[in-house]
Amino acid sequence: MDRNIDFSSKFKSANILSLFIFIMSIIFIIFKGLNYGIDFKGGTLIELRADSKNINISEIRSSLNSMNLGDVNVKAFGKESDYLIKIEQKTGNNNELIPEIKKTLINNLNVEINFRRVENVGPKVSSELLESGIIAIFLSLVAMLFYIWIRFEWQFSVGSIVALFHDVIITIGIFSILSLEVNLSIIAAVLTIIGYSMNDTVVIYDRIRENLNKYTRLNISETANLSINETLSRTIITSLTTLLALLSIYILGGEILRGFSFAMILGVLIGTYSSIFVAAPVLKFFKVSYKTLEKKEEKIVP
Amino acid sequence: MLNFSKINIFFIYLIFLFISFFSILNFQDQKEPLIDKKVNLGLDLQGGSYLLLEINSDPLVKEKIQSRVIPLKKLLKDNNLNYLNFKINEKNLSFSLNDIEKFKLLFFSKNDNSLNPYIGNYNSFELDLEILENNNVRVLFSKYGLLTINNSALKQSIEIVRRRIDDVGTKEPTILQRGEKRILVELPGLKDPERIKSLLGKTAKLNFRLVAENEEFGTDKLMSETGEELNVSKRIVMSGENLIDSQPNFNSQSNQPTVSFTLDRLGAQKFGRTTTDNVGKRLAIVLDGKIVSAPSINEAVTSGSGMISGNFSFQEATDLALLLRSGALPTPLNVVEERTVGPDLGEDSIKSGITSLIIGFILVILFMFYKYKVFGLIANLALVANLIMLVGVLTILEATLTLPGIAGIILTVGMAVDANVLIFERIKEELKTEKSIIHAFDIGYSKARITVLDANITTLIAAVILFAFGSGPVKGFAITLGIGIITTLYSAYFLARHLTSMIVLNKKEGKVNL
Repeated sequence: MDRNIDFSSKFKSANILSLFIFIMSIIFIIFKGLNYGIDFKGGTLIELRADSKNINISEIRSSLNSMNLGDVNVKAFGKESDYLIKIEQKTGNNNELIPEIKKTLINNLNVEINFRRVENVGPKVSSELLESGIIAIFLSLVAMLFYIWIRFEWQFSVGSIVALFHDVIITIGIFSILSLEVNLSIIAAVLTIIGYSMNDTVVIYDRIRENLNKYTRLNISETANLSINETLSRTIITSLTTLLALLSIYILGGEILRGFSFAMILGVLIGTYSSIFVAAPVLKFFKVSYKTLEKKEEKIVP
Repeated sequence: MLNFSKINIFFIYLIFLFISFFSILNFQDQKEPLIDKKVNLGLDLQGGSYLLLEINSDPLVKEKIQSRVIPLKKLLKDNNLNYLNFKINEKNLSFSLNDIEKFKLLFFSKNDNSLNPYIGNYNSFELDLEILENNNVRVLFSKYGLLTINNSALKQSIEIVRRRIDDVGTKEPTILQRGEKRILVELPGLKDPERIKSLLGKTAKLNFRLVAENEEFGTDKLMSETGEELNVSKRIVMSGENLIDSQPNFNSQSNQPTVSFTLDRLGAQKFGRTTTDNVGKRLAIVLDGKIVSAPSINEAVTSGSGMISGNFSFQEATDLALLLRSGALPTPLNVVEERTVGPDLGEDSIKSGITSLIIGFILVILFMFYKYKVFGLIANLALVANLIMLVGVLTILEATLTLPGIAGIILTVGMAVDANVLIFERIKEELKTEKSIIHAFDIGYSKARITVLDANITTLIAAVILFAFGSGPVKGFAITLGIGIITTLYSAYFLARHLTSMIVLNKKEGKVNL
């Protein structure tokens, strides 16, 4: 089946929409901030399963009141009678408190408790983890910039980076808007999104480059449009199979992977959108033509 | 691109079979493995404890700078240097001096300098000198001096931590240095790390000191476990270093748990001499600045063994014996990060991970078959081969599989078909203009190759960076994602291409249903 959708006419309105969401995301990230998990904020996390269904969240919270732990957050987690307790970092070391917290819970709630997961991250480690996460994201952006620069012309490299920033900022922005927890696995998701979105962009760029040489009388808008249409069914099929796999993780993979798979689903959707509506228009902005490609070849062959 | 020589085909399948063979190793009887290689489960899947310990070298620096007081004063006296206002501070020694230039020469002398040894491999002295106003000077450790102290403390701590953990008897612990100040400890299968944490949290510096009658010069006021306050001589009769063994026991008379110890030759001599000279006096057994007990010396003990009694439970006696056996930590350790997963959560994670893998796999396979029919089957075969090879490579590397690692495999399933989709879509386009089917397939494969490579290398770059920066479970994700990309390329470009060529070459002319 031949598709011929006029994408290039929609570039302008799509870009305005992207810009709006992008700016909104930055505003949210700056003013509302992110809901950091203990990985990045420090503190203690306890996941427990009670053998009785008769306890509830407020009982758990009040049983810890006497300990004067500061900000304690309790929520239901996964199955019935599974709970997640988060305790913020105190000035001292939470580590020594863990056995006491366990004891207090067992004594006050009067039920068998299975401590399924206990995590404690100190303030120094958490700030290091956050720092290395941010470095990793920047480093991979730079690596992508270089790779595309080597494989294509600089205009393509700028276009792909603009698209990547768009994807990363909007994904994180949505996490800020929805107050979803940002932890180590979200950093992993963001890096994978960078890889995936780049992958999508490269496929379209490859075709644009090929078509620029093939149809020299077409302008960049027409070439971009043709290339997007030619690769459209691949774009859709790959996004679909990836989303099928991700949905399977999201629904069946358990609580621990939920945040990660949600970020990935967002990223795949945004990344697919951006390779069509962000990466391609940047080439138009730079007035890329077959002549742009020729210049590079002259440089290589002296 | 569709012509394969016999040799080519042979090698393509040989490599595939070789790698796949390793994936089978995971299903062999683990008690008597044919080849001892398997994918390890991460702590988040098998349950266990991860601890990150940090040494605090400040007390050690203080101790070491204090040990330089006597040699420093001796140097000053021997060379007729007059000093005033000598002060021992946390990390330095300060005083004022009349002839700073002369002192400088002596202080930074490379020959036989017992106060301030020269560290050859760093090209630096252990100590540094700060000259302040009004002839004031400050002696402190140099950057490399501190580094040397820190490194040796870390090495020693790792050794002691290993001894203590081995003594507790957990299975297959991992103990590694992380950076300059940290020790990573992984204890698979451990349900509750509190005992290990409390064992690692004690420096266990033991010494024996005589109790003085009353407060006098050269004594410390120390608290005993029972709340009694005693004046204890600063002089150490004997320390934990002289211990060669220590065991928990029961005192047959009081039926109380006790800790027996055996001393080395030197320790036995010292202990014998002290007990002979001080019959009737009390000897304090001091652990980490606290008196465990202070028994009276009833008779000279020359056998080189003894007994510590206190108000122990049997568990406490066992732990104390273990701590004494393993030796003292040079400096306190803090747990700066801890992650413990119970075994049942690990099992649940494996279950949900595998379920979502199977369902994701089935969905993708059905979709590909619906979309590409026969060639969808080929892509699916390549996908299965891809998974088997992925597990095979993980086995060869003896990599650690974590829950995010399983997510990486599922993601690979979703993204792996991309290579074949790119190729098939390209062939479809070529079929529109090309008369010859074979030709169309041929061009399709060669034209899509660059795109497939470019597209996958970008994801590979992300995986490599994630591997370098990630820790624990996230690293597991980077491993499966990265290896998944390589096996994907192999299965699409060799296996699927060969299968496709067999179908296309047999068809010769006619229609291809793509």
